[in-house]
Amino acid sequence: MTQIDDEPVIDVRDLRMRYGSTDVLAGVTFSARRGEVLGLLGPNGAGKTTTIEILEGFRVRSGGHVAVLGVDPAHGDETWRAGIGVVLQSWRDHAKWRVRELLAHIGSYYAPYSTANHVRPWDVDELVHTVGLDAAARTKVTRLSGGQRRRLDVAIGIVGRPDVLFLDEPTAGFDPAARREFHELVHRLADDDTTILLTTHDLDEAEKLADRILVLAGGTIIADGSVDELSRRTSTQAEVRWTEGGRRFVHATNEPERFVRDLFRQHGDAVAHLEVRRASLEDAYMTMVRQFEDGRGDAAVRRFAEVAR
Amino acid sequence: MSRAGETVRSGFARGGIELRHTFTTSMDVWNYLLPAAILTVVMIFMRDSTVEGTSFSLGSVTMPGALGVTIAFGGLSTLVQVLTIEREDGTLLRAKAIPNGMVGYLIGKIVLVSGMTAVGFTILLVPGLMLFDGFALGLGSWLTLAWVAVLGLAATLPIGAILGSLFANPRNAGLGMLVVMGLVAVSGVFYPLASYPEWLRWIGQSFPIYWTGLGMRSALLPDELAMVEIGQSWRHLETVGVLAAWTVAGMIVAPAVLRRMARRESGSSVAARRERALRRIT
Repeated sequence: MTQIDDEPVIDVRDLRMRYGSTDVLAGVTFSARRGEVLGLLGPNGAGKTTTIEILEGFRVRSGGHVAVLGVDPAHGDETWRAGIGVVLQSWRDHAKWRVRELLAHIGSYYAPYSTANHVRPWDVDELVHTVGLDAAARTKVTRLSGGQRRRLDVAIGIVGRPDVLFLDEPTAGFDPAARREFHELVHRLADDDTTILLTTHDLDEAEKLADRILVLAGGTIIADGSVDELSRRTSTQAEVRWTEGGRRFVHATNEPERFVRDLFRQHGDAVAHLEVRRASLEDAYMTMVRQFEDGRGDAAVRRFAEVAR
Repeated sequence: MSRAGETVRSGFARGGIELRHTFTTSMDVWNYLLPAAILTVVMIFMRDSTVEGTSFSLGSVTMPGALGVTIAFGGLSTLVQVLTIEREDGTLLRAKAIPNGMVGYLIGKIVLVSGMTAVGFTILLVPGLMLFDGFALGLGSWLTLAWVAVLGLAATLPIGAILGSLFANPRNAGLGMLVVMGLVAVSGVFYPLASYPEWLRWIGQSFPIYWTGLGMRSALLPDELAMVEIGQSWRHLETVGVLAAWTVAGMIVAPAVLRRMARRESGSSVAARRERALRRIT
Protein backbone atom coordinates (compact mmCIF):
# COMPACT_ATOMS: atom_id res chain seq x y z
CA MET A 1 0.00 0.00 0.00
CA THR A 2 1.47 3.35 -0.93
CA GLN A 3 1.07 5.85 1.83
CA ILE A 4 2.37 9.34 1.29
CA ASP A 5 3.79 10.57 4.57
CA ASP A 6 1.83 13.76 4.99
CA GLU A 7 -1.43 12.17 3.93
CA PRO A 8 -3.48 11.46 7.06
CA VAL A 9 -3.59 7.80 8.13
CA ILE A 10 -7.12 8.26 9.40
CA ASP A 11 -9.33 10.79 7.65
CA VAL A 12 -12.93 11.22 8.76
CA ARG A 13 -15.16 13.93 7.36
CA ASP A 14 -18.79 14.53 8.24
CA LEU A 15 -19.29 10.92 9.36
CA ARG A 16 -22.92 10.10 10.01
CA MET A 17 -24.58 7.10 11.58
CA ARG A 18 -28.27 6.69 12.03
CA TYR A 19 -30.07 3.81 13.74
CA GLY A 20 -33.74 3.98 12.85
CA SER A 21 -34.63 7.59 13.54
CA THR A 22 -31.79 8.27 15.98
CA ASP A 23 -28.66 10.05 14.81
CA VAL A 24 -25.81 8.53 16.80
CA LEU A 25 -23.18 10.36 14.79
CA ALA A 26 -24.20 13.65 13.22
CA GLY A 27 -21.17 14.84 11.31
CA VAL A 28 -17.94 13.68 12.95
CA THR A 29 -14.75 15.14 11.51
CA PHE A 30 -11.15 14.43 12.51
CA SER A 31 -7.90 13.06 11.15
CA ALA A 32 -4.73 11.42 12.43
CA ARG A 33 -1.15 11.64 11.17
CA ARG A 34 1.31 8.77 11.06
CA GLY A 35 2.51 7.76 14.53
CA GLU A 36 -0.04 9.92 16.28
CA VAL A 37 -1.94 8.64 19.32
CA LEU A 38 -5.52 9.86 19.42
CA GLY A 39 -7.73 9.52 22.46
CA LEU A 40 -11.42 9.44 21.64
CA LEU A 41 -13.20 10.55 24.77
CA GLY A 42 -16.84 10.89 25.59
CA PRO A 43 -19.66 9.87 27.88
CA ASN A 44 -21.16 6.40 27.55
CA GLY A 45 -23.47 6.15 24.59
CA ALA A 46 -21.82 9.06 22.79
CA GLY A 47 -20.93 6.87 19.80
CA LYS A 48 -17.27 6.09 20.50
CA THR A 49 -17.64 2.38 19.81
CA THR A 50 -19.76 3.03 16.72
CA THR A 51 -17.08 5.37 15.36
CA ILE A 52 -14.25 2.92 15.98
CA GLU A 53 -16.22 0.01 14.48
CA ILE A 54 -16.84 2.00 11.32
CA LEU A 55 -13.11 2.71 11.04
CA GLU A 56 -12.33 -0.99 11.64
CA GLY A 57 -14.61 -1.90 8.75
CA PHE A 58 -16.98 -3.85 11.03
CA ARG A 59 -19.91 -1.51 10.61
CA VAL A 60 -21.31 0.30 7.60
CA ARG A 61 -21.84 4.03 8.05
CA SER A 62 -24.91 5.97 6.99
CA GLY A 63 -22.96 8.80 5.37
CA GLY A 64 -19.84 10.91 5.16
CA HIS A 65 -16.27 10.28 4.05
CA VAL A 66 -13.98 7.82 5.85
CA ALA A 67 -10.48 6.73 4.82
CA VAL A 68 -8.08 4.58 6.84
CA LEU A 69 -4.66 4.06 5.22
CA GLY A 70 -6.16 5.77 2.20
CA VAL A 71 -8.93 3.18 1.80
CA ASP A 72 -12.64 3.26 2.62
CA PRO A 73 -12.99 0.65 5.43
CA ALA A 74 -16.34 -0.48 3.98
CA HIS A 75 -14.43 -1.71 0.91
CA GLY A 76 -11.09 -2.66 2.47
CA ASP A 77 -9.52 -5.82 1.01
CA GLU A 78 -7.31 -8.33 2.82
CA THR A 79 -4.13 -6.34 2.13
CA TRP A 80 -5.75 -3.37 3.82
CA ARG A 81 -6.89 -5.61 6.65
CA ALA A 82 -3.28 -6.75 7.19
CA GLY A 83 -2.35 -3.16 8.04
CA ILE A 84 -5.11 -2.80 10.63
CA GLY A 85 -4.81 -3.99 14.21
CA VAL A 86 -7.90 -4.40 16.35
CA VAL A 87 -7.77 -5.06 20.07
CA LEU A 88 -10.94 -6.90 20.98
CA GLN A 89 -12.31 -7.66 24.41
CA SER A 90 -11.97 -11.38 24.76
CA TRP A 91 -14.35 -13.45 26.75
CA ARG A 92 -13.96 -17.20 26.45
CA ASP A 93 -12.87 -17.66 22.83
CA HIS A 94 -9.97 -19.99 22.01
CA ALA A 95 -10.26 -21.45 25.50
CA LYS A 96 -8.34 -24.62 24.66
CA TRP A 97 -5.45 -22.83 22.93
CA ARG A 98 -2.20 -22.01 24.61
CA VAL A 99 -0.95 -18.42 24.53
CA ARG A 100 2.12 -18.91 22.35
CA GLU A 101 0.34 -21.39 20.08
CA LEU A 102 -2.51 -18.94 19.43
CA LEU A 103 -0.23 -15.98 18.73
CA ALA A 104 1.93 -18.02 16.36
CA HIS A 105 -1.17 -19.21 14.52
CA ILE A 106 -2.78 -15.80 14.14
CA GLY A 107 0.60 -14.37 13.13
CA SER A 108 0.83 -16.86 10.27
CA TYR A 109 -2.00 -15.06 8.45
CA TYR A 110 0.15 -11.92 8.23
CA ALA A 111 3.26 -13.57 6.81
CA PRO A 112 2.13 -13.18 3.16
CA TYR A 113 1.89 -9.41 3.71
CA SER A 114 5.44 -9.04 4.95
CA THR A 115 7.78 -6.71 3.05
CA ALA A 116 11.46 -5.88 3.37
CA ASN A 117 10.82 -2.62 5.28
CA HIS A 118 7.81 -3.85 7.17
CA VAL A 119 8.30 -7.36 8.50
CA ARG A 120 5.11 -9.15 9.57
CA PRO A 121 4.24 -10.86 11.83
CA TRP A 122 5.95 -9.99 15.08
CA ASP A 123 8.35 -12.69 16.30
CA VAL A 124 6.21 -14.73 18.71
CA ASP A 125 8.67 -15.01 21.58
CA GLU A 126 9.53 -11.34 21.34
CA LEU A 127 5.85 -10.44 21.33
CA VAL A 128 5.08 -12.69 24.30
CA HIS A 129 7.90 -10.97 26.14
CA THR A 130 6.81 -7.48 25.07
CA VAL A 131 3.33 -7.90 26.54
CA GLY A 132 4.78 -9.58 29.65
CA LEU A 133 3.29 -13.03 29.16
CA ASP A 134 6.58 -15.03 29.25
CA ALA A 135 5.52 -17.03 32.29
CA ALA A 136 2.13 -17.78 30.75
CA ALA A 137 3.35 -18.65 27.22
CA ARG A 138 2.34 -22.28 27.59
CA THR A 139 -0.79 -21.65 29.65
CA LYS A 140 -4.22 -22.41 28.23
CA VAL A 141 -6.17 -19.25 27.48
CA THR A 142 -8.99 -20.36 29.78
CA ARG A 143 -6.60 -20.43 32.74
CA LEU A 144 -5.33 -16.86 32.29
CA SER A 145 -6.19 -14.19 34.83
CA GLY A 146 -8.26 -11.21 33.70
CA GLY A 147 -5.18 -9.00 33.35
CA GLN A 148 -3.29 -11.68 31.41
CA ARG A 149 -6.23 -12.08 29.05
CA ARG A 150 -6.23 -8.38 28.27
CA ARG A 151 -2.50 -8.55 27.54
CA LEU A 152 -3.22 -11.42 25.19
CA ASP A 153 -5.93 -9.31 23.53
CA VAL A 154 -3.38 -6.57 22.96
CA ALA A 155 -0.82 -9.07 21.67
CA ILE A 156 -3.36 -10.46 19.18
CA GLY A 157 -4.12 -6.92 18.05
CA ILE A 158 -0.50 -6.11 17.32
CA VAL A 159 0.86 -9.49 16.17
CA GLY A 160 0.65 -8.36 12.52
CA ARG A 161 2.65 -5.18 13.25
CA PRO A 162 -0.25 -2.97 12.14
CA ASP A 163 0.11 0.53 10.70
CA VAL A 164 -3.05 1.56 12.52
CA LEU A 165 -4.19 0.17 15.84
CA PHE A 166 -7.70 0.49 17.25
CA LEU A 167 -8.33 0.00 20.94
CA ASP A 168 -11.81 0.22 22.41
CA GLU A 169 -11.62 0.77 26.18
CA PRO A 170 -8.25 -0.98 26.33
CA THR A 171 -7.59 -0.82 30.06
CA ALA A 172 -11.04 -1.71 31.38
CA GLY A 173 -10.38 -4.14 34.22
CA PHE A 174 -6.63 -3.42 34.49
CA ASP A 175 -4.98 -3.00 37.87
CA PRO A 176 -2.74 0.08 38.26
CA ALA A 177 0.49 -1.84 37.54
CA ALA A 178 -0.92 -3.45 34.39
CA ARG A 179 -2.24 -0.05 33.34
CA ARG A 180 1.19 1.53 33.62
CA GLU A 181 2.82 -1.31 31.63
CA PHE A 182 0.13 -0.96 29.01
CA HIS A 183 0.79 2.76 28.73
CA GLU A 184 4.47 2.05 28.14
CA LEU A 185 3.58 -0.41 25.41
CA VAL A 186 1.37 2.13 23.65
CA HIS A 187 4.19 4.68 23.72
CA ARG A 188 6.61 2.14 22.29
CA LEU A 189 4.20 1.30 19.45
CA ALA A 190 3.71 4.99 18.68
CA ASP A 191 7.49 5.43 18.55
CA ASP A 192 7.51 2.74 15.85
CA ASP A 193 5.19 4.96 13.79
CA THR A 194 2.01 3.03 14.59
CA THR A 195 -1.00 5.31 14.46
CA ILE A 196 -3.25 4.58 17.41
CA LEU A 197 -6.87 5.45 18.06
CA LEU A 198 -8.17 4.50 21.48
CA THR A 199 -11.45 5.14 23.19
CA THR A 200 -11.79 5.72 26.88
CA HIS A 201 -14.07 7.57 29.23
CA ASP A 202 -11.17 8.26 31.54
CA LEU A 203 -9.63 11.67 30.88
CA ASP A 204 -6.64 10.84 33.04
CA GLU A 205 -5.82 7.89 30.82
CA ALA A 206 -6.33 9.88 27.64
CA GLU A 207 -4.01 12.52 29.06
CA LYS A 208 -1.25 9.97 29.71
CA LEU A 209 -1.53 8.22 26.38
CA ALA A 210 -2.78 10.53 23.71
CA ASP A 211 -0.99 13.21 21.74
CA ARG A 212 -4.37 14.61 20.93
CA ILE A 213 -7.77 14.30 22.54
CA LEU A 214 -11.08 14.26 20.74
CA VAL A 215 -14.21 14.68 22.80
CA LEU A 216 -17.23 13.06 21.20
CA ALA A 217 -20.63 14.06 22.52
CA GLY A 218 -23.99 14.82 21.05
CA GLY A 219 -22.95 13.08 17.84
CA THR A 220 -20.10 15.42 16.98
CA ILE A 221 -16.53 16.18 18.02
CA ILE A 222 -16.90 19.05 20.46
CA ALA A 223 -13.23 19.43 21.34
CA ASP A 224 -10.06 18.51 19.47
CA GLY A 225 -6.55 19.32 20.66
CA SER A 226 -3.71 18.40 22.97
CA VAL A 227 -4.40 18.21 26.69
CA ASP A 228 -2.48 21.48 27.20
CA GLU A 229 -4.46 23.30 24.57
CA LEU A 230 -7.76 22.08 25.92
CA SER A 231 -6.73 22.89 29.50
CA ARG A 232 -5.79 26.42 28.63
CA ARG A 233 -9.08 26.93 26.85
CA THR A 234 -11.24 25.56 29.63
CA SER A 235 -9.38 27.05 32.58
CA THR A 236 -10.56 30.65 32.45
CA GLN A 237 -12.36 30.43 35.78
CA ALA A 238 -10.39 30.18 38.99
CA GLU A 239 -11.27 29.65 42.61
CA VAL A 240 -9.45 31.67 45.27
CA ARG A 241 -9.48 30.35 48.83
CA TRP A 242 -7.95 31.98 51.89
CA THR A 243 -8.45 32.46 55.62
CA GLU A 244 -8.63 35.73 57.44
CA GLY A 245 -8.89 35.98 61.20
CA GLY A 246 -9.67 32.26 61.44
CA ARG A 247 -12.51 32.43 58.89
CA ARG A 248 -12.39 30.66 55.51
CA PHE A 249 -13.28 32.49 52.29
CA VAL A 250 -13.90 31.26 48.74
CA HIS A 251 -14.22 33.48 45.71
CA ALA A 252 -14.66 32.56 42.03
CA THR A 253 -13.18 34.92 39.47
CA ASN A 254 -12.09 35.24 35.89
CA GLU A 255 -9.12 37.42 36.87
CA PRO A 256 -7.46 35.75 39.84
CA GLU A 257 -4.22 37.80 39.58
CA ARG A 258 -6.03 41.09 40.00
CA PHE A 259 -8.28 39.73 42.75
CA VAL A 260 -5.31 38.49 44.79
CA ARG A 261 -3.44 41.79 44.35
CA ASP A 262 -6.48 43.67 45.64
CA LEU A 263 -6.89 41.18 48.47
CA PHE A 264 -3.37 41.82 49.76
CA ARG A 265 -3.67 45.55 49.27
CA GLN A 266 -6.78 45.59 51.49
CA HIS A 267 -5.89 43.03 54.17
CA GLY A 268 -2.11 42.63 53.97
CA ASP A 269 -0.68 40.08 56.38
CA ALA A 270 -4.10 39.09 57.70
CA VAL A 271 -4.51 36.89 54.61
CA ALA A 272 -3.35 33.30 55.25
CA HIS A 273 -3.60 29.86 53.58
CA LEU A 274 -3.99 31.39 50.14
CA GLU A 275 -4.89 28.97 47.38
CA VAL A 276 -5.65 29.70 43.71
CA ARG A 277 -7.15 26.83 41.79
CA ARG A 278 -7.95 26.96 38.11
CA ALA A 279 -10.84 24.75 36.95
CA SER A 280 -9.04 21.92 35.18
CA LEU A 281 -9.97 20.29 31.92
CA GLU A 282 -11.04 17.36 34.02
CA ASP A 283 -13.51 19.48 36.01
CA ALA A 284 -15.02 20.84 32.82
CA TYR A 285 -15.10 17.39 31.25
CA MET A 286 -16.59 15.69 34.29
CA THR A 287 -19.32 18.30 34.59
CA MET A 288 -20.16 17.79 30.95
CA VAL A 289 -20.23 13.98 31.26
CA ARG A 290 -22.39 14.10 34.39
CA GLN A 291 -24.93 16.38 32.79
CA PHE A 292 -24.87 14.38 29.58
CA GLU A 293 -25.56 11.16 31.43
CA ASP A 294 -28.33 12.85 33.45
CA GLY A 295 -30.10 13.45 30.15
CA ARG A 296 -29.27 17.14 30.01
CA GLY A 297 -26.99 16.34 27.12
CA ASP A 298 -27.52 19.20 24.72
CA ALA A 299 -27.02 22.01 27.17
CA ALA A 300 -23.98 20.32 28.71
CA VAL A 301 -22.36 19.74 25.37
CA ARG A 302 -22.97 23.31 24.29
CA ARG A 303 -21.46 24.69 27.44
CA PHE A 304 -18.40 22.46 27.21
CA ALA A 305 -18.00 23.20 23.54
CA GLU A 306 -18.06 26.92 24.32
CA VAL A 307 -15.29 26.77 26.87
CA ALA A 308 -13.21 24.28 24.90
CA ARG A 309 -13.30 26.21 21.68
CA MET B 1 3.84 -19.80 -1.68
CA SER B 2 0.92 -17.76 -2.94
CA ARG B 3 -1.27 -15.85 -0.51
CA ALA B 4 -4.17 -18.23 -1.13
CA GLY B 5 -1.83 -21.16 -0.45
CA GLU B 6 -0.69 -19.59 2.81
CA THR B 7 -4.30 -19.12 3.90
CA VAL B 8 -5.14 -22.74 3.13
CA ARG B 9 -2.09 -23.81 5.10
CA SER B 10 -3.08 -21.63 8.07
CA GLY B 11 -6.59 -23.07 7.88
CA PHE B 12 -5.30 -26.64 7.91
CA ALA B 13 -2.98 -25.77 10.79
CA ARG B 14 -5.94 -24.39 12.71
CA GLY B 15 -7.98 -27.54 12.11
CA GLY B 16 -5.05 -29.75 13.12
CA ILE B 17 -4.34 -27.85 16.31
CA GLU B 18 -8.00 -27.82 17.34
CA LEU B 19 -8.35 -31.53 16.56
CA ARG B 20 -5.36 -32.21 18.80
CA HIS B 21 -7.03 -30.14 21.53
CA THR B 22 -10.06 -32.45 21.44
CA PHE B 23 -7.89 -35.42 22.44
CA THR B 24 -6.75 -33.72 25.63
CA THR B 25 -10.09 -32.19 26.64
CA SER B 26 -12.12 -34.59 28.78
CA MET B 27 -15.45 -33.22 27.50
CA ASP B 28 -14.44 -33.90 23.89
CA VAL B 29 -13.11 -37.37 24.65
CA TRP B 30 -16.43 -38.11 26.36
CA ASN B 31 -18.30 -36.88 23.27
CA TYR B 32 -16.25 -39.24 21.12
CA LEU B 33 -16.85 -42.28 23.29
CA LEU B 34 -20.42 -41.86 24.51
CA PRO B 35 -22.31 -42.06 21.18
CA ALA B 36 -20.13 -44.96 20.02
CA ALA B 37 -20.75 -46.77 23.31
CA ILE B 38 -24.53 -46.22 23.19
CA LEU B 39 -24.80 -47.31 19.56
CA THR B 40 -22.64 -50.38 20.18
CA VAL B 41 -24.75 -51.45 23.18
CA VAL B 42 -27.97 -50.97 21.18
CA MET B 43 -26.54 -53.10 18.38
CA ILE B 44 -25.45 -55.81 20.79
CA PHE B 45 -29.06 -56.08 21.95
CA MET B 46 -30.16 -56.36 18.31
CA ARG B 47 -27.59 -59.05 17.57
CA ASP B 48 -29.86 -62.02 18.24
CA SER B 49 -32.74 -60.78 16.09
CA THR B 50 -32.58 -61.40 12.39
CA VAL B 51 -33.50 -59.40 9.34
CA GLU B 52 -37.00 -60.41 8.21
CA GLY B 53 -36.91 -63.26 5.73
CA THR B 54 -33.21 -63.98 6.27
CA SER B 55 -31.00 -65.48 8.96
CA PHE B 56 -28.83 -62.38 8.99
CA SER B 57 -28.18 -60.66 12.35
CA LEU B 58 -29.99 -57.34 12.76
CA GLY B 59 -27.00 -56.02 14.71
CA SER B 60 -24.70 -56.52 11.73
CA VAL B 61 -27.16 -54.66 9.47
CA THR B 62 -27.54 -51.77 11.88
CA MET B 63 -23.80 -51.23 12.34
CA PRO B 64 -23.10 -49.85 8.84
CA GLY B 65 -26.20 -47.68 9.12
CA ALA B 66 -24.92 -46.28 12.40
CA LEU B 67 -21.65 -45.46 10.60
CA GLY B 68 -23.68 -43.55 8.03
CA VAL B 69 -25.46 -41.63 10.76
CA THR B 70 -22.12 -40.81 12.38
CA ILE B 71 -20.97 -39.22 9.12
CA ALA B 72 -24.13 -37.25 8.46
CA PHE B 73 -24.64 -36.29 12.09
CA GLY B 74 -21.01 -35.18 12.38
CA GLY B 75 -21.35 -32.97 9.31
CA LEU B 76 -24.70 -31.53 10.35
CA SER B 77 -24.55 -31.04 14.08
CA THR B 78 -20.90 -30.37 14.89
CA LEU B 79 -20.68 -27.34 12.66
CA VAL B 80 -24.02 -25.98 13.90
CA GLN B 81 -22.80 -26.13 17.49
CA VAL B 82 -19.32 -24.80 16.75
CA LEU B 83 -20.58 -21.86 14.69
CA THR B 84 -23.23 -20.72 17.16
CA ILE B 85 -20.92 -21.06 20.16
CA GLU B 86 -17.94 -19.38 18.51
CA ARG B 87 -20.05 -16.55 17.21
CA GLU B 88 -21.23 -15.88 20.74
CA ASP B 89 -17.79 -16.06 22.32
CA GLY B 90 -16.09 -13.83 19.74
CA THR B 91 -13.87 -16.40 18.00
CA LEU B 92 -15.47 -15.47 14.69
CA LEU B 93 -14.92 -11.78 15.23
CA ARG B 94 -11.25 -12.44 15.87
CA ALA B 95 -11.10 -14.31 12.57
CA LYS B 96 -12.76 -11.37 10.87
CA ALA B 97 -10.15 -8.97 12.24
CA ILE B 98 -7.22 -10.77 10.60
CA PRO B 99 -6.44 -10.90 6.87
CA ASN B 100 -8.09 -13.93 5.22
CA GLY B 101 -9.11 -14.93 8.72
CA MET B 102 -12.65 -16.00 7.83
CA VAL B 103 -11.48 -18.27 5.01
CA GLY B 104 -8.82 -19.75 7.27
CA TYR B 105 -11.37 -20.18 10.04
CA LEU B 106 -13.78 -22.00 7.75
CA ILE B 107 -11.09 -24.30 6.35
CA GLY B 108 -10.00 -24.98 9.91
CA LYS B 109 -13.53 -25.92 10.92
CA ILE B 110 -13.98 -28.21 7.93
CA VAL B 111 -10.72 -29.96 8.81
CA LEU B 112 -11.69 -30.12 12.49
CA VAL B 113 -15.19 -31.48 11.88
CA SER B 114 -13.95 -33.99 9.30
CA GLY B 115 -11.26 -35.13 11.72
CA MET B 116 -13.66 -35.41 14.64
CA THR B 117 -16.14 -37.33 12.48
CA ALA B 118 -13.37 -39.66 11.31
CA VAL B 119 -12.42 -40.35 14.93
CA GLY B 120 -16.04 -41.06 15.92
CA PHE B 121 -16.41 -43.23 12.83
CA THR B 122 -13.32 -45.29 13.67
CA ILE B 123 -14.33 -45.74 17.30
CA LEU B 124 -17.59 -47.24 16.06
CA LEU B 125 -16.14 -49.20 13.13
CA VAL B 126 -13.30 -51.08 14.79
CA PRO B 127 -15.23 -52.66 17.70
CA GLY B 128 -18.19 -53.19 15.36
CA LEU B 129 -16.15 -55.29 12.95
CA MET B 130 -14.93 -57.39 15.86
CA LEU B 131 -18.30 -57.82 17.61
CA PHE B 132 -20.49 -58.62 14.66
CA ASP B 133 -20.07 -61.04 11.81
CA GLY B 134 -21.44 -61.62 8.37
CA PHE B 135 -19.69 -58.65 6.72
CA ALA B 136 -18.40 -59.04 3.19
CA LEU B 137 -15.10 -57.19 3.24
CA GLY B 138 -12.80 -56.64 0.33
CA LEU B 139 -10.94 -53.83 -1.39
CA GLY B 140 -14.23 -52.67 -2.85
CA SER B 141 -15.76 -52.35 0.63
CA TRP B 142 -13.09 -49.91 1.75
CA LEU B 143 -13.31 -47.88 -1.46
CA THR B 144 -17.10 -47.61 -1.12
CA LEU B 145 -16.72 -46.77 2.55
CA ALA B 146 -14.32 -43.96 1.62
CA TRP B 147 -16.38 -42.33 -1.11
CA VAL B 148 -19.63 -42.54 0.83
CA ALA B 149 -17.89 -40.97 3.84
CA VAL B 150 -16.33 -38.13 1.81
CA LEU B 151 -19.47 -37.43 -0.20
CA GLY B 152 -21.62 -37.70 2.93
CA LEU B 153 -19.52 -35.08 4.70
CA ALA B 154 -19.49 -32.86 1.63
CA ALA B 155 -23.29 -33.02 1.49
CA THR B 156 -23.87 -32.33 5.18
CA LEU B 157 -21.13 -29.83 6.14
CA PRO B 158 -22.62 -26.94 4.12
CA ILE B 159 -26.06 -27.62 5.65
CA GLY B 160 -24.44 -27.48 9.08
CA ALA B 161 -22.75 -24.20 8.17
CA ILE B 162 -26.06 -22.72 6.97
CA LEU B 163 -27.98 -23.78 10.08
CA GLY B 164 -25.13 -22.61 12.29
CA SER B 165 -25.22 -19.18 10.65
CA LEU B 166 -28.97 -18.81 11.01
CA PHE B 167 -29.31 -19.59 14.71
CA ALA B 168 -28.33 -16.55 16.74
CA ASN B 169 -27.42 -18.39 19.93
CA PRO B 170 -26.48 -21.90 21.05
CA ARG B 171 -29.79 -22.37 22.87
CA ASN B 172 -31.83 -21.97 19.67
CA ALA B 173 -29.46 -24.33 17.91
CA GLY B 174 -30.89 -27.03 20.17
CA LEU B 175 -34.09 -26.74 18.13
CA GLY B 176 -32.14 -27.45 14.98
CA MET B 177 -30.71 -30.51 16.68
CA LEU B 178 -34.25 -31.81 17.29
CA VAL B 179 -34.96 -31.59 13.55
CA VAL B 180 -31.75 -33.50 12.83
CA MET B 181 -32.79 -36.15 15.36
CA GLY B 182 -36.12 -36.46 13.57
CA LEU B 183 -34.30 -37.00 10.30
CA VAL B 184 -32.21 -39.73 11.90
CA ALA B 185 -35.45 -41.42 13.00
CA VAL B 186 -36.77 -41.56 9.42
CA SER B 187 -33.37 -42.44 7.94
CA GLY B 188 -33.99 -46.18 7.95
CA VAL B 189 -30.90 -46.88 10.01
CA PHE B 190 -32.58 -48.43 13.01
CA TYR B 191 -35.69 -49.64 11.24
CA PRO B 192 -35.79 -50.46 7.53
CA LEU B 193 -37.31 -47.65 5.50
CA ALA B 194 -38.97 -50.19 3.20
CA SER B 195 -41.58 -50.90 5.88
CA TYR B 196 -42.46 -47.22 6.47
CA PRO B 197 -45.55 -45.55 4.99
CA GLU B 198 -44.98 -44.11 1.54
CA TRP B 199 -44.82 -40.42 2.60
CA LEU B 200 -42.29 -41.04 5.40
CA ARG B 201 -40.18 -43.00 2.95
CA TRP B 202 -40.05 -40.01 0.66
CA ILE B 203 -39.06 -37.68 3.48
CA GLY B 204 -36.34 -40.10 4.57
CA GLN B 205 -35.03 -40.44 1.06
CA SER B 206 -34.84 -36.70 0.42
CA PHE B 207 -32.20 -36.18 3.09
CA PRO B 208 -28.54 -37.26 3.10
CA ILE B 209 -28.71 -39.43 6.24
CA TYR B 210 -30.63 -42.24 4.54
CA TRP B 211 -28.14 -42.32 1.70
CA THR B 212 -25.00 -42.34 3.84
CA GLY B 213 -26.57 -45.26 5.78
CA LEU B 214 -27.45 -47.10 2.59
CA GLY B 215 -23.97 -46.44 1.17
CA MET B 216 -22.31 -47.84 4.29
CA ARG B 217 -24.53 -50.94 4.18
CA SER B 218 -23.59 -51.46 0.55
CA ALA B 219 -19.92 -51.23 1.50
CA LEU B 220 -19.93 -53.73 4.35
CA LEU B 221 -22.83 -56.12 3.80
CA PRO B 222 -23.07 -59.03 1.34
CA ASP B 223 -24.97 -58.20 -1.84
CA GLU B 224 -27.91 -60.55 -1.03
CA LEU B 225 -29.00 -58.06 1.62
CA ALA B 226 -29.69 -55.44 -1.04
CA MET B 227 -32.95 -57.39 -1.49
CA VAL B 228 -34.44 -55.87 1.68
CA GLU B 229 -33.68 -52.30 0.55
CA ILE B 230 -36.07 -50.10 -1.42
CA GLY B 231 -35.83 -51.15 -5.07
CA GLN B 232 -33.99 -54.34 -4.08
CA SER B 233 -30.71 -52.63 -4.94
CA TRP B 234 -27.87 -50.66 -3.26
CA ARG B 235 -28.74 -47.82 -5.68
CA HIS B 236 -25.21 -46.38 -5.89
CA LEU B 237 -26.18 -44.10 -8.74
CA GLU B 238 -29.02 -42.56 -6.73
CA THR B 239 -26.75 -42.30 -3.68
CA VAL B 240 -24.19 -40.31 -5.64
CA GLY B 241 -26.97 -38.25 -7.23
CA VAL B 242 -28.73 -37.24 -4.01
CA LEU B 243 -25.51 -36.59 -2.04
CA ALA B 244 -23.99 -34.62 -4.92
CA ALA B 245 -27.19 -32.57 -5.28
CA TRP B 246 -27.06 -31.65 -1.59
CA THR B 247 -23.36 -30.83 -1.92
CA VAL B 248 -23.91 -28.52 -4.87
CA ALA B 249 -26.94 -26.83 -3.33
CA GLY B 250 -25.04 -26.36 -0.08
CA MET B 251 -21.98 -24.95 -1.81
CA ILE B 252 -24.16 -22.42 -3.62
CA VAL B 253 -26.15 -21.28 -0.58
CA ALA B 254 -23.60 -21.61 2.24
CA PRO B 255 -21.07 -18.95 1.15
CA ALA B 256 -23.78 -16.29 0.87
CA VAL B 257 -25.27 -17.18 4.26
CA LEU B 258 -21.84 -17.30 5.88
CA ARG B 259 -20.88 -13.94 4.40
CA ARG B 260 -24.11 -12.38 5.60
CA MET B 261 -23.51 -13.78 9.08
CA ALA B 262 -19.88 -12.60 9.12
CA ARG B 263 -20.80 -9.12 7.94
CA ARG B 264 -22.93 -8.62 11.03
CA GLU B 265 -20.15 -9.43 13.48
CA SER B 266 -18.66 -6.53 15.39
CA GLY B 267 -17.30 -5.86 18.83
CA SER B 268 -20.61 -4.49 20.04
CA SER B 269 -22.67 -7.37 18.65
CA VAL B 270 -20.41 -9.83 20.49
CA ALA B 271 -20.60 -7.70 23.63
CA ALA B 272 -24.40 -7.65 23.42
CA ARG B 273 -24.50 -11.43 23.06
CA ARG B 274 -22.10 -11.78 25.98
CA GLU B 275 -24.42 -9.62 28.10
CA ARG B 276 -27.38 -11.81 27.20
CA ALA B 277 -25.45 -14.99 27.89
CA LEU B 278 -24.26 -13.75 31.27
CA ARG B 279 -27.83 -12.79 32.19
CA ARG B 280 -28.90 -16.34 31.36
CA ILE B 281 -26.24 -17.75 33.66
CA THR B 282 -26.97 -15.56 36.68
